[in-house]
Amino acid sequence: MTTAPAADRPGSRPTVGLVCTGVRPEEKLLAEAFLSRGVELQVVDDRLIRGDLGGWPQGLPTVDAVLLRSKSHWRNVVLARWLEALGAQPVNRSHVIEACGDKITTTLALLGAGVPTLTASVSFTPEGGQLAGAEVGFPLVVKPVIGSWGRLIGKVNDADALETVLDHKESLGGAPHAVTYLQAFVEKKGRDIRSFVVGGRCIAAIHRTSAHWKTNTALGAVATACAVDDDLARVSVAAAEAVGGGVVAVDLFETDAGYLVNEVNGTMEFRNSVHTTGVDIPGYVADYVLGGVAADGGSAPSREPTTGMAPGRDGRVA
Amino acid sequence: MSVSVSTECPVCGGGVDVAANVMLGELLDCGDCGSELEVRNLSPLQLDEAPMAAEDWGE
Repeated sequence: MTTAPAADRPGSRPTVGLVCTGVRPEEKLLAEAFLSRGVELQVVDDRLIRGDLGGWPQGLPTVDAVLLRSKSHWRNVVLARWLEALGAQPVNRSHVIEACGDKITTTLALLGAGVPTLTASVSFTPEGGQLAGAEVGFPLVVKPVIGSWGRLIGKVNDADALETVLDHKESLGGAPHAVTYLQAFVEKKGRDIRSFVVGGRCIAAIHRTSAHWKTNTALGAVATACAVDDDLARVSVAAAEAVGGGVVAVDLFETDAGYLVNEVNGTMEFRNSVHTTGVDIPGYVADYVLGGVAADGGSAPSREPTTGMAPGRDGRVA
Repeated sequence: MSVSVSTECPVCGGGVDVAANVMLGELLDCGDCGSELEVRNLSPLQLDEAPMAAEDWGE
């Protein structure tokens, strides 16, 4: 199926496949992190991957570990499922990608694990949506079940506006609009928090500040360092574990009742966060892929990313 | 200190500075028109407009 892990091939370097859709700043930083650890790196263009599902994907070299960084949610899901069916353990695993990529699944996972999160409802028809809206209360936020970067997220201030949104969704039709996800609006005083969790440990966090109620850095929010206190670490790690662990970014709101988890991201972007926090985020990810971070719920002893190959198997092809 | 190479934006024709350590597939922004560009070949250096974001793209 694939080559033996590098550690089983005396004298050889570990090989890592970095699957992506073009090389963004994040992938470039990750590439540098892997190369600095002596890894034989293959940067793989996901647009050229294809093949018989009974065999190893064409276009993806056989490697010891695969880090999935496609821009496309579905490409990540399919590739993770495919590799897992062949016995591999990509980073992230398919259940993590699926739990993060689908907001309904995220909410259910957070609620199931007792992680504090926002009130959220779903509906299937305009009539049901109006009832759900009245139950959630106004203002509320309507989000695509699968989507990112703040796209098509709407703040709905009253029942009239919700009626318009629901009518539009029904007219547009298709799978993206078959279910409406309504989330309580939280007054976050112009900022939220993004924390980064790698292998069960919250390694860093940023504040994202914007005059707009959306605080996505993709939409221009400004990133500043955020101290990771015990509560933030605990809630962040709990959210990460709720969706299956791995490498995730957790978006949280600060409220009088404590931290509330808004979303969990399974293919996290961090270009604005390395310099801001002073934390070598790509180094932590590389170490995790290489098995260097203990995935034990955050109880691993604190240590900085190493410059050498760390022992272990997490994230490697079995 | 790395030396950059200047080339032409395929969208607007403006100048684009490309770092010496540029990677195949790397995504760059044109400083003139703001287009997202992708490095499609390293030697000779070739830039194309990057694909538009699809509905399921993101984090």
